[in-house]
Amino acid sequence: MNNPNGGNVGIVIVSHSPKIAEGAADMVRQMVGNAVPLAWTGGDVDGGLGTNVAGILEAIEAAWSAAGVAVLVDLGGAETNSEMAVEMLAEDRRARVVVCNAPVVEGAVIAATESSGGSSLAAVKRSAEEFYA
Amino acid sequence: MHDAHASRAGETSVPLTASAVLVNKVGLHARPSVKLTQCAKRFAAKIELALSGDGPWTDAKSPVKVMRVKAPQGATLHFRVTGPDGEVALAAVLALVHDGFGEA
Repeated sequence: MNNPNGGNVGIVIVSHSPKIAEGAADMVRQMVGNAVPLAWTGGDVDGGLGTNVAGILEAIEAAWSAAGVAVLVDLGGAETNSEMAVEMLAEDRRARVVVCNAPVVEGAVIAATESSGGSSLAAVKRSAEEFYA
Repeated sequence: MHDAHASRAGETSVPLTASAVLVNKVGLHARPSVKLTQCAKRFAAKIELALSGDGPWTDAKSPVKVMRVKAPQGATLHFRVTGPDGEVALAAVLALVHDGFGEA
């Protein structure tokens, strides 16, 4: 399962709704399998709809891979909070995390598919973003 | 492992082609597309598929593009493979289609 580049790219799913994030993660696990580090987060700190930076940081840690981590987000705050979380990472990790411009569910499945074949972080991002191409 | 085939295909670099009928009920929907691209990515060869022997050809390593083909059950999938490990790659994708992606 480990590739020469230090394992498969990790996938993080960030949605305003924890149910959507968890459901998207379920789809990834069932369709793509377990060869990809995967974590999800959703909801604000009070348990309502929203996203929070601490939760996103935790998810990035959980899905960490030396090959990098691709983050899939839904709307507005999910993206800005994810970018904020990336900025809070240690410098050596920051460059290895990307937020993808892709639909959260479809993007997560496609990114994980690409990752499961041992592709680089750039290739994983590119593949997820094909949805908007 | 397949050096004999590899050198032969490598020398000529003529694309290998073959076709198979989609037997699984739902056709080439999301899950089979993922399985097909995962399989294709294991090989160095360029692997393309089409609903007609004349194309248009779609990169079988791109899950997004493969899903867009929207091939239904009963459709004939044509494969065109170029590269040193082309013969094994072609055999692998054909086996996957014949097997109904494990869900027929």
